[in-house]
Amino acid sequence: MRHIIIGTGVAALAAVESIRSVERGAEVILLGDDPYGFYSRPGLAYFLSGELTDKALFPKTREDYRRLGFTYRKARVTKILRDDTSVQLEDGSLLTYDRLLLATGAFATPLAVPGSTLQGVVKLDHLNDARNILKLAKRGRTAVVVGGGITALELAEGLLARGMSVHYLLRGNRYWSNVLDEQESRIIEARLQEEGITLHFHSELQEIIGRSGRVNSVRLKNGKTLKCDLLAYAIGIQPRADLAREAGLNVERGILVDEFMQTNDPNICAAGDVAQVYDRISGRSVLDSLWNAAREQGYAAGLNMAGRGTPYVKSMPFNVTRLAGLTTTIIGAVGHGRDDDLVGIARGDSETWRELPNAIVAQSGFDVNRVRILVGEKKLIGAVVMGDQTLSVPLQTIIAKQIDILAMRDKLLAQNAKISDVIVDFWSNLNPVN
Amino acid sequence: MSFLHIFKKSAKKRATLAQGQVVPDSSRCVQCGICTYNCPIEIDVRAYAWRGEAIHRSECLTCGECVARCPRGVLRFERTDLFRAAAK
Ligand SMILES: Cc1cc2nc3c(=O)[nH]c(=O)nc-3n(C[C@H](O)[C@H](O)[C@H](O)COP(=O)(O)OP(=O)(O)OC[C@H]3O[C@@H](n4cnc5c(N)ncnc54)[C@H](O)[C@@H]3O)c2cc1C
Ligand code: SF4
Ligand code: SF4
Repeated sequence: MRHIIIGTGVAALAAVESIRSVERGAEVILLGDDPYGFYSRPGLAYFLSGELTDKALFPKTREDYRRLGFTYRKARVTKILRDDTSVQLEDGSLLTYDRLLLATGAFATPLAVPGSTLQGVVKLDHLNDARNILKLAKRGRTAVVVGGGITALELAEGLLARGMSVHYLLRGNRYWSNVLDEQESRIIEARLQEEGITLHFHSELQEIIGRSGRVNSVRLKNGKTLKCDLLAYAIGIQPRADLAREAGLNVERGILVDEFMQTNDPNICAAGDVAQVYDRISGRSVLDSLWNAAREQGYAAGLNMAGRGTPYVKSMPFNVTRLAGLTTTIIGAVGHGRDDDLVGIARGDSETWRELPNAIVAQSGFDVNRVRILVGEKKLIGAVVMGDQTLSVPLQTIIAKQIDILAMRDKLLAQNAKISDVIVDFWSNLNPVN
Repeated sequence: MSFLHIFKKSAKKRATLAQGQVVPDSSRCVQCGICTYNCPIEIDVRAYAWRGEAIHRSECLTCGECVARCPRGVLRFERTDLFRAAAK
């Protein structure tokens, strides 16, 4: 049995692990075109800000790989030949498979304004992008950042940490308005401004202007011009589904897979950012471009390839991230799902938690520690925990397990409720300590 | 003892000093490596987080460096497996 996996991201690695957990003997070949193989993509932000060296981004040692026993080939796959059950590499050679996994991830949506090809226009997708940004940051003094999600914010903070003066353009009137509520946006904005980032609301890029092939300034739709040496963008991502599309697999925005991560070709699975997964609960096929989802999907795909298919049950979406230095956990359905500020999906964004929840909001906060909970009839639907994370695990559990909250519902919704106390009380009754 | 005490700082600190161990919630971990990078005695905290295992290493100083630095709130000190049992 030969398994071929295209990709070296977390979905691919998880698939190798699950295949190996049930099959010692099968041959596993990983094909990837990233020159550095497997590393932490979310970690790139910390490499950019200088909190990590590039070496520290690599979670696995040689020994780990040896134990997993697979063959790695640095190569780009150019074609899938389903009739011959083989893949074609860029040098033209062919490799046959018994089972194939597409774990090709996603790439940053390119900018579509004039001047996007100038030197100094950058995105953050790969380690090489991060290295390139650092090189340019050394030369430049002023950066403009475009995009409404997490990656854009990370770019802004990373460039600031590297000593650049940073202008951050927001299309709407506040930061990440389709997920955060107004107060939450304001907290982040205030912190960014304190750090020294200049925010420009209602500002959209019209054109990037160059001089001798390099970024020199940007013109905005409102007529303003800003001088800059670097333009960084993060306006959404796109699944790398071309291989699948050309091979005639069913593709919508991502590669359509069933609960076993299987495409419409029984020998081919897909997992991670490239896959559009069937969600039993909503009955829809959704993208879930998150690290942990990619890992779980890869694991399920590997089991299926090894003939031990167990359905992948999409877990309740949650994302933990650092926004302007504040750890923020977003759980379940949060936000209104409209896109005034984003094109496509932001990095680390899940579609599900941007659906409109049918719930009453309860919130409490002091200083920057803030909790917002979406309270349904019988259960909690979603939550945002900003700053102190004490409540995030209990909330995650209560929401994921759809625990009946009748015992605390009124207390939560009472005027000036001390939400933290109510949750802790409720939680300690669920999990009594002797 | 009421569970509420765990949320009180002083009690938390005492508990940590008594028998704290660092416990990860692997579903939150993005393998960035900040924990491992900052551990003063070079414990590969990230590898534990990947496997979802508590760091039961006698050398662990329970200094809290990894817990404090993780940008995802993955790590916490724990006396019992209470949270973990409930979170699974
Ligand atoms: C800067 C940044 C910040 C992020 N922050 C967060 C966050 O805070 N939280 C979160 O949950 N997620 C975050 N993410 C998203 C998270 O990293 C992804 O969801 C996850 O890495 C997806 O893993 P994957 O295995 O599906 O794909 P990837 O990691 O993208 O791997 C795909 C691999 O396939 C290879 N490949 C593609 N096509 C071919 C081909 N034709 N031939 C050979 N190889 C090919 C690519 O080179 C790549 O190595 C972030 C991502 C980035 C870039
Ligand atoms: S710092 Fe946190 S998110 Fe990063 S690898 Fe360690 S446990 Fe995981
Ligand atoms: S508590 Fe301190 S010594 Fe122990 S693993 Fe964390 S950083 Fe290392």
